[in-house]
Amino acid sequence: MKLEPIPMPEANASDRRAGFGEVNQGYTEELAHAEAERCLQCKNEPCRAGCPVDVDIPAFIELIRAGKHTQAGLKIKETNAFPAICGRVCPQEQQCQAECVLAKQDKPINIGYLERFAGDYLIDNPPVQVERPEASGYKVAVVGSGPAGLAAAGDLAKRGHQVTVFEALHRPGGVLVYGIPEFRLPNVTVDHEVDALGQLGVEIRTNVVVGRTLTVDDLRQQMGFDAIFLALGAGAPIFLGLDGENLPGVMSANEFLTRVNLMRAFDEDYDTPVQRGRNVTVIGGGNVAMDSSRAAVRLGAESVKLLYRRTRAEMPARIEEVRHAEEEGVLFEFLVAPTRFLADEGRLAAVECLRMELGEPDESGRRRPVPIPGSEFTVETDQAIVAVGARVNPSARLIVPGMEQDGKGHIIVDPETLMTSIPGVFAGGDVVGGEETVIEALSHGRRAAAAIDKYLRGSC
Amino acid sequence: MFEITGKQQLAEEIIEYTIQAPDVVRHHEPGQFCIIRVASHGERIPLSIADTDIQAGTITVVVQIMGHSTQELAQLGVGDAILDVLGPLGHPTDIGTPDRAVFVGGGVGAPAGNLIVGQMKQAGAEVLAIIGFRTRDLVIYEERIRAQADELIVTTDDGSYGYHGLVTEPLQQRLEAGSEYDVVVTVGPVVMMRAVAEVTRPYGIHTIASLNPIMVDGTGMCGACRVTVGGETKFACVDGPEFDAHQVDFDELLQRLAIYSQQEQQAEEAGPHPCQLEQQIGKMQ
Ligand SMILES: Cc1cc2nc3c(=O)[nH]c(=O)nc-3n(C[C@H](O)[C@H](O)[C@H](O)COP(=O)(O)OP(=O)(O)OC[C@H]3O[C@@H](n4cnc5c(N)ncnc54)[C@H](O)[C@@H]3O)c2cc1C
Ligand SMILES: Cc1cc2nc3c(=O)[nH]c(=O)nc-3n(C[C@H](O)[C@H](O)[C@H](O)COP(=O)(O)OP(=O)(O)OC[C@H]3O[C@@H](n4cnc5c(N)ncnc54)[C@H](O)[C@@H]3O)c2cc1C
Ligand code: SF4
Ligand code: SF4
Ligand code: FES
Repeated sequence: MKLEPIPMPEANASDRRAGFGEVNQGYTEELAHAEAERCLQCKNEPCRAGCPVDVDIPAFIELIRAGKHTQAGLKIKETNAFPAICGRVCPQEQQCQAECVLAKQDKPINIGYLERFAGDYLIDNPPVQVERPEASGYKVAVVGSGPAGLAAAGDLAKRGHQVTVFEALHRPGGVLVYGIPEFRLPNVTVDHEVDALGQLGVEIRTNVVVGRTLTVDDLRQQMGFDAIFLALGAGAPIFLGLDGENLPGVMSANEFLTRVNLMRAFDEDYDTPVQRGRNVTVIGGGNVAMDSSRAAVRLGAESVKLLYRRTRAEMPARIEEVRHAEEEGVLFEFLVAPTRFLADEGRLAAVECLRMELGEPDESGRRRPVPIPGSEFTVETDQAIVAVGARVNPSARLIVPGMEQDGKGHIIVDPETLMTSIPGVFAGGDVVGGEETVIEALSHGRRAAAAIDKYLRGSC
Repeated sequence: MFEITGKQQLAEEIIEYTIQAPDVVRHHEPGQFCIIRVASHGERIPLSIADTDIQAGTITVVVQIMGHSTQELAQLGVGDAILDVLGPLGHPTDIGTPDRAVFVGGGVGAPAGNLIVGQMKQAGAEVLAIIGFRTRDLVIYEERIRAQADELIVTTDDGSYGYHGLVTEPLQQRLEAGSEYDVVVTVGPVVMMRAVAEVTRPYGIHTIASLNPIMVDGTGMCGACRVTVGGETKFACVDGPEFDAHQVDFDELLQRLAIYSQQEQQAEEAGPHPCQLEQQIGKMQ
């Protein structure tokens, strides 16, 4: 039937278990055209309303259909600097694709897959470089090189400002390179976007912790930056606070994924070790838990069990990730919460858990899990990965003394301009809270760049 | 890239490097550390900063050649470059304003005394330094610390130099003889620091230990470095690395340091490498 969505070609599940290669292979031109063909080019563009950065979806799909792939990519880039990244990681089923008219028949256009196609096309066939704009004479420092920082840097450079990005780690990209694994978002895809910023004149300085290596005073007074954008992310792992949580064998998802992605522990040419558990338990239900489970499968675990305290319906992970994890053999246990970690000879041996049931809705509108008394049971495991969330790094308080932060550490900003309580210092992305998605971080970066431009040009 | 401007073999398997890292020097204070990465496939290695030269923009680190990554570092010489140097990390040593202070260092922890004793002197304290080693050939940083401390005691486990015994013995003797101290700072093998804490505990002397758990990022992002202090989990890279030694769960720290020891031994192409720190620990237990 003509209206059937074109599926994404995928590596088969048993091959996937053996390596870190990308699962989604990307549309070929033919497949992309066939999917683009399905789009109804709706006049009222309902899909656009679902996109946090208002990508002109009908227009770019029409360009793909017409075979104008470069123009399609550039059309997306008018509002979304990183189509190859967002096409891969946006929760499309809650955003653009949810609003597509065809979603009513459960056959929304695969907008993300098409976006990825156009983004990859631009990477493989880079268009002739546009000329750099006239220099404004202003200098802007961006702290943090995740999607918020990179997006801001690009927009600021395009407006003629001299931009330096400071990054604590040795490689730029934030969560995109240290967290999200290769099989979902290859680090080289991120490198391409970072290189493109270099061509715009953006300087990236790794190995700089702002607050320690350089202070904000250094940036402003000694180095002459006229404005600062803080895009620090929310990278500090949250632990459960349970007995036995510091046992060898229990680790945060951030540690596990950083060893695997940033430090490339899956590749024997790299030196950083990572524990390769036999019976692995992952605690959580979001993208981070899916990424950890699937990475553990690939490192050779015999079994990987994911414990989530609510039900499948409440899991915040992308649907595609959940499906991929199941195909790869991850076992899901719903309505289960760990209560303590048990040791044998000083190493993790089991997780004790309680069964839960759903009670009244909580402030997020989801029904709250309530423990069932006396339902204790244990899961034998030699590696437990805690993926229950992250928060703003408490050392963010060091960066700008006196800057206002809320009780959770989020930097308080003016919702319009993203300016903090300190004039000339702006903040965006996960460090200010919100949806905590790549596309929202990118959208903050763009808005901050516009506000910084206005601030600079208006102020003298 | 960070150029190596000085390299000196201080003892067997102990090398001192001076590295061009002007950004790390600018705000560095005693007690802080750095993380280096030798090459693109390399691990991130945390190292204490033993000295800085603001004019030259250099830091000095003293490295014990332990396993694969430090062996790889040992291949580099003056003029070579280190790929990444990040720092200064962690909180500076907070000794307050003591009248009488003690530094207790062991093995490759002794060089940390260079800056810490200096800081104690600056705070106006009378300083006793005790540094301990397995044997005479491994004694390092003796002169640099002697030049600053009011009194220096060097100990060796085998009696081949200085006091015959562990670093805790002269400290214990002073305390038993009635000497009073306001603060003790200890840097070295975990078992040594634990022993120092036990010696000072009955006297209620504020004792600070510089912890060296396994780290990855060093910025508070992974939790690999978590340690239990006073019943609470802390991240040593951002909350420490120095903590109240009387509150530290040293047994947990020892357990966590061994997490990767099996894999690390497998990484040694030339068979199991004699791990000197562990030998030293074995001796001290
Ligand atoms: C494993 C994982 C999977 C995810 N999957 C998805 C997904 O599929 N889809 C989706 O939309 N979102 C996903 N997310 C969420 C998404 O990645 C984040 O919302 C997004 O990366 C936030 O971007 P950011 O720019 O605010 O910060 P980050 O990406 O966190 O980057 C912040 C950067 O700032 C640096 N930094 C921090 N402090 C300093 C300092 N003082 N000095 C210098 N540098 C500093 C950090 O080292 C880091 O590189 C995932 C997150 C994780 C952890
Ligand atoms: C804050 C801090 C300061 C330190 N200062 C110094 C110093 O001044 N001089 C010095 O020689 N060493 C210092 N260390 C220890 C040093 O980082 C390790 O010896 C080094 O990483 C070992 O690497 P390797 O591959 O050569 O040995 P491996 O074979 O990897 O390890 C040998 C042993 O070293 C320990 N170790 C391994 N990786 C790490 C790691 N990432 N962090 C901490 N310990 C680890 C483990 O106990 C392991 O069993 C410090 C560690 C910390 C956390
Ligand atoms: S950026 Fe994300 S939400 Fe917007 S159109 Fe692209 S995939 Fe959809
Ligand atoms: S709503 Fe769906 S069908 Fe309509 S224009 Fe948007 S993507 Fe095409
Ligand atoms: S080393 Fe990662 S949090 Fe301390």
